[in-house]
Amino acid sequence: MRVGAPRIVPTRGIPYPTGDPSLDPAGERAWRRQLLERALAAVATPVAGPTVFDVEAGAKKEE
Amino acid sequence: MTRIVHYINQFFAGVGAEDAASIPPACAAGPVGPGRRLAALLSPEHEIVATVWCGDDHATTPGAVDEILDLIRAAQPDLVLAGPAFTSGRYGLACARVTVAAGDAGILALAAMHEDNPGVDEAGAIPVVASGPSARHMGPSLERLAAAARKLASREPLTGEDGRINRPARRAVLVDRAGAERAVDLVLARLGGDQAATEIPLLRFQPVSPAAPVDPAAAAVALLTEGGLVPDGNPDRLESARATRWLRYPLPTGGELAAGDYCSIHGGFSTVWANEDPHRILPLDVATDLEREGAVARLHPEYLVTTGNGTSVGNARRFGVEWAAELRRAGIQAVILTST
Repeated sequence: MRVGAPRIVPTRGIPYPTGDPSLDPAGERAWRRQLLERALAAVATPVAGPTVFDVEAGAKKEE
Repeated sequence: MTRIVHYINQFFAGVGAEDAASIPPACAAGPVGPGRRLAALLSPEHEIVATVWCGDDHATTPGAVDEILDLIRAAQPDLVLAGPAFTSGRYGLACARVTVAAGDAGILALAAMHEDNPGVDEAGAIPVVASGPSARHMGPSLERLAAAARKLASREPLTGEDGRINRPARRAVLVDRAGAERAVDLVLARLGGDQAATEIPLLRFQPVSPAAPVDPAAAAVALLTEGGLVPDGNPDRLESARATRWLRYPLPTGGELAAGDYCSIHGGFSTVWANEDPHRILPLDVATDLEREGAVARLHPEYLVTTGNGTSVGNARRFGVEWAAELRRAGIQAVILTST
């Protein structure tokens, strides 16, 4: 947010942004799918400034 | 009389806007566009004998600067002036690279752009003077450029008073007060309301205008990462920290990244998990599914990578500007960047 990226999908860990080693392989791939679907939804959404697109919740705007 | 060549971009040359960003370098005798006012400010002692311009996208391609320099040298200048580029990133980078190349060829050179332009950090030892933020500020920006050009042509050094943005080489000087005293004075100044008091101006993050939304099902999408994911063995030696470059690699046609074929060389986190499964850094498997299902129209067949570990703000901005030019040339409308 601070550096000004306009559309951000939060993930679960720095060493595995599109993964989650606590899940089994199928679960991890399903989580990755959710992240990418959220990312595509973000790409389709107009934003005015840095906006977070959580997988769990809807989009919430922060300044 | 000083012979000057003026470098500008396709827009200020009157050729076109983004539609003309791919035009190759071209040249005309005398001043063009804003160069006319600049020539008036510089006369009679200095004359713009030629103007060279290039499309902003073309200027970022390998070899473009050499082509531009050939045209410049053909006019036999004593001095090269580039810009003002205002806040246009690709134009500013081009101005910086062209003036550096001119300097390396033994020609005096000077660039003008806004202090937030990523080109400032690429100019090396070439002086850059500040322009306003947009072409609305052309008048005063040209006046400052002309004044600095006159000084430079007389071999006088340019300082902050001339609007110089980038710092000349450091010189050690003795001052009369120890750092501790000066630091306390700065704190007291801040507490007294002077928010700008500093001895060293720090870089600020520059706000980015969000791109307009696109429909992913109609879009060409690219995968990018700053997770340092490279072919096993890091054949092109991407840095693990303080990256100065970015690389591109083809995505395997099978739509999956095989563990063992890739590794992360990022020095900022434990790469054990990434090396077990590269999709934890670059989600090609799921992206391939989404393409097959029509959720995205087309997946770009390459990925772009750098290492986001202690990357200087200047380099990061430059990578972003170069990636945008590169991806726009490839017809990409949206990207997914994984960040670590």
